[in-house]
Amino acid sequence: MNKSVYDSPIRTTDINRHILTILVDNEPGVLARVIGMFSGRGYNIDSLNVAEVSNQHLSRITIVTHGTTEVIDQIQSQLMRIVPVHSVTNLDQEDTAVEAEVALVNMFVNKKNKKQAFQICDLYRARKIENEHNSTIFEIAGTSERIDTFIKDISKVTDIEIVRSGPVAISSVNKNQEA
Amino acid sequence: MKQSITGAEIVFKSLLEQGVEVVFGYPGGAVLPIYDSLFKQNSIRHVLVRQEAGAIHAAEGYARSSGKIGVVLVTSGPGATNVVTGLTDAMMDSVPIVCITGQVPQHLIGSDAFQECDTTGITRPCTKHNYLVKDVNKLSSVFHEAFTIANNGRPGPVLIDIPKDVQFAKGKYTTKDENIISSHRLFEPKIKANENNIEEATKLIANAKKPIFYIGGGCINSGPKASALVTKFIEEIKAPATMTLMGLGVLAASNKYSLGMLGMHGMYEANMAMHDCDVMINIGARFDDRVTGRLDAFSPNSKKIHIDIDASNVNKTIKIDFPIIGDIESVMVQLFNSWNKNQYSSQEKSLEDWWKKINNWKKIECLNYYQGENIIKPQHAIKRLYDLTKNKKTFITTEVGQHQMWAAQYYKFDKPNRWLTSGGLGTMGYGFPAAIGAQIANPDALVIDIAGDASILMNIQEMSTAVQHRLPVKIFILNNEYMGMVRQWQELLHGGRYSESYTDSLPDFVKLAESFRATGLRAKTVEDLDPVIIEMIESDKTVIADIWVDKEENCFPMIQSGSSHNEMLLNKDQKQDHISAEKGKVLV
Repeated sequence: MNKSVYDSPIRTTDINRHILTILVDNEPGVLARVIGMFSGRGYNIDSLNVAEVSNQHLSRITIVTHGTTEVIDQIQSQLMRIVPVHSVTNLDQEDTAVEAEVALVNMFVNKKNKKQAFQICDLYRARKIENEHNSTIFEIAGTSERIDTFIKDISKVTDIEIVRSGPVAISSVNKNQEA
Repeated sequence: MKQSITGAEIVFKSLLEQGVEVVFGYPGGAVLPIYDSLFKQNSIRHVLVRQEAGAIHAAEGYARSSGKIGVVLVTSGPGATNVVTGLTDAMMDSVPIVCITGQVPQHLIGSDAFQECDTTGITRPCTKHNYLVKDVNKLSSVFHEAFTIANNGRPGPVLIDIPKDVQFAKGKYTTKDENIISSHRLFEPKIKANENNIEEATKLIANAKKPIFYIGGGCINSGPKASALVTKFIEEIKAPATMTLMGLGVLAASNKYSLGMLGMHGMYEANMAMHDCDVMINIGARFDDRVTGRLDAFSPNSKKIHIDIDASNVNKTIKIDFPIIGDIESVMVQLFNSWNKNQYSSQEKSLEDWWKKINNWKKIECLNYYQGENIIKPQHAIKRLYDLTKNKKTFITTEVGQHQMWAAQYYKFDKPNRWLTSGGLGTMGYGFPAAIGAQIANPDALVIDIAGDASILMNIQEMSTAVQHRLPVKIFILNNEYMGMVRQWQELLHGGRYSESYTDSLPDFVKLAESFRATGLRAKTVEDLDPVIIEMIESDKTVIADIWVDKEENCFPMIQSGSSHNEMLLNKDQKQDHISAEKGKVLV
């Protein structure tokens, strides 16, 4: 969708999910600049991840968003107007990205469903996290789709509480080989 | 070992090194140390305004009329929030500004202290970049960086927020050269465009049957050389050119290839030509909604070339076939090189039909008006003002509304940087302080603010500034006792229900001028007009000329919201078709 109040003459392309990875200066306010651009211009953020890149005074922001190609292009060039932004990469465009997300699942199991629940966890290679409160917490990592199906399956068996990190992603192109 | 100096002293040392001559400002608690060091120096002139909004608009006028960077100095809290409108205005119209704000001392930040506000938070979306300086040793490098950012690439406002304790603290000054400004991409904007794109563009232009140049304010920002090159290129191609509100003056209005302004209140022939062209060459314009009208009917059969320094302007609302990202001056040089290398020449023969068509549209004479014997038509007032000032070095600023559009239509600009108006944001109250700034940058010039009776009251307090600094700024009020453009829209779109658009209890502008020890003049009828204009321009004082004009005159031609370029209304009796009108009503 075009952001203008007028009808767009552009036959817009389909809406797709995109992962943008943004390299920024690690300084106060930089996250606000980035997400402020999204909210101010009416773009969507599906998930957001920020972490420091080891000791280079840089942070990497990973944003999952959706939109037409036109909207995603516009988001990228608007991001490039922000001074502390060094680079913006649309990982989906490169088509060679690997993505993963982590979820923590607290399962409220009883004697009846415990075995079945653990079997499902095994199947998905979810790992039990030992803790002193005797609660049953599993950790699962992988693509968002994989976590979605895991949640769907495990919910049929037991009540759960879940926390998801939102995906991070990396280009799988070997930079050295490329050069 | 370098000597330590206070933060406040670093501020002025940085400004001096950056070549700043004038600062527009207003003191307050959180900038007292800076004002103290202002007191102790005499290389930089300070212009005391009467409200901070006046300071930033004056800085805008200064910057746009001189090509230098405008500098503003205000205090924390209300000082900072009062410049927000001006920062947004500068952001929308790409004006280079450095705005210094005071902040409460660091240990009070976050405590809701007196005159505290989150200045960097508030101004984040309306500046190109902003800083909160916490370390006095970084102050000078922040200043050098800020000036670079404000003027490089697409210009814009940069704000520096300095807590009071940092102004007092002692630290080291570093010069511009000592500052290793990181090889940041924004400091080296893409000046030169991709050669392949240039080749494609010249080929397209060379083969165009109905080309049109669509010229914007970016040409002015790129510098006077850019305007000269654009003019030369248009004359080489011999194609028609139209300018946006911000681009007036790039190509001289008297140039035979100029079709004047386009857009909502643009020339009939310019809009028709935009609609019918086969190749559109956009140089430094951004397809504003005031220009395009209805997007799905905007120039439907043309291939579009877009030259802009800001990649985010490309494909924002209009799909572009040939984007060229680069600085206009160097892109024009590249275009010329490619044009000559390929030995292209103007298709004068095939352009003949195109010009014939355009000359037919011109015959409509869309700017016609009838001036009777008594009441002054606003169009006539501007026309006379132009005739009587065209041989002087004249700068025109405007407020926002009908008078602004009439000024754009009837005042003819032959040079860039002579026309200062709030285009993107549409800020009423812009024109008078901008005229003050322009007069300070050009002391020998004639600076006239064409104003409306409503707009002028928004920053009328600056009369005091103008008189104090002996600035012979002229305020030319087209007084119709209405917010004219609001009234016009209410007449055309809201059944003539003039809700709150009549300005009751207007001041007597002549007495108002006199109360500030300025000159007040009034023209009530056509025969008063010329003598008043002549007296105004000959005066060496600040003048308010109160021109009583026809109260219910509308600004035509007009593309109403929801309509396209070839559906212009030329007068009151034409009506927009019902469907477009209903659709258009919800638009701005």
